[in-house]
Amino acid sequence: MEISSISYKRCDVVKATGRIDSDTAPDLEKAFNAIIDSKKSGIIFDMGEVNFISSRGLWVLLETQKACKKKRGKLALANISDEMSRSIELAGVKHFMEIYDDVTTAVGSF
Amino acid sequence: MATRTFLGHYKSLAEIDDFISQIIADQGFSSGQVYDIRLALDEACTNIIEHGYGGEGKGDIQCSVESAEEGIKIILKDWGKKFNPDQIPKPDFNVDLEDLQPRGLGLYLMKNLMDKIGYCIDDGDGNTLVMTKRK
Repeated sequence: MEISSISYKRCDVVKATGRIDSDTAPDLEKAFNAIIDSKKSGIIFDMGEVNFISSRGLWVLLETQKACKKKRGKLALANISDEMSRSIELAGVKHFMEIYDDVTTAVGSF
Repeated sequence: MATRTFLGHYKSLAEIDDFISQIIADQGFSSGQVYDIRLALDEACTNIIEHGYGGEGKGDIQCSVESAEEGIKIILKDWGKKFNPDQIPKPDFNVDLEDLQPRGLGLYLMKNLMDKIGYCIDDGDGNTLVMTKRK
């Protein structure tokens, strides 16, 4: 998995490619935590090139959402595939997520 | 159809995914069903490493895939700690995000993704998990 991020005035956009599983989720967690530790609380996660996310990865998203909400911010998910969206629903945690069709729409929500 | 043994290590999860993806690619499952099977298998193997063996590099995972009535059957064997999934409570999602706990999320997901899940604990040669998915 490769992770990149870009800082904007109101939020940071994090992009990952490939699989997010128990092997790679800690790397994503570090990327999110680095943003939160720098006193920011608005994150967009562009999932357009993520092809798999396990419950370990979902838990990273939920913990990041928790940390952002504590600071009155949020984690917004963008470009999520139908399969992943459905698995988030089947995991019972969709109501904790903020999901947008694309990065532009997500940016507009901040 | 096929059997392969993997090291009980998180790095094996991508290899296990490649293994199952190749087998089910031409079995007539929809793309959504293929994703469900891949995800359920990842969750099962993660649970074996994390809870069965108590960490990485402590034992192997044997993965067999067989044809089943109108679908496939995945049989996982491990030689770790006995595990009774019925003792793991369903996660409580009717809580504030702050109070949400991760325990049981993977197992809950597996049950929702597959049509049937059965365990045979300590049959004299390790633990066996059987997961079935119909088309």
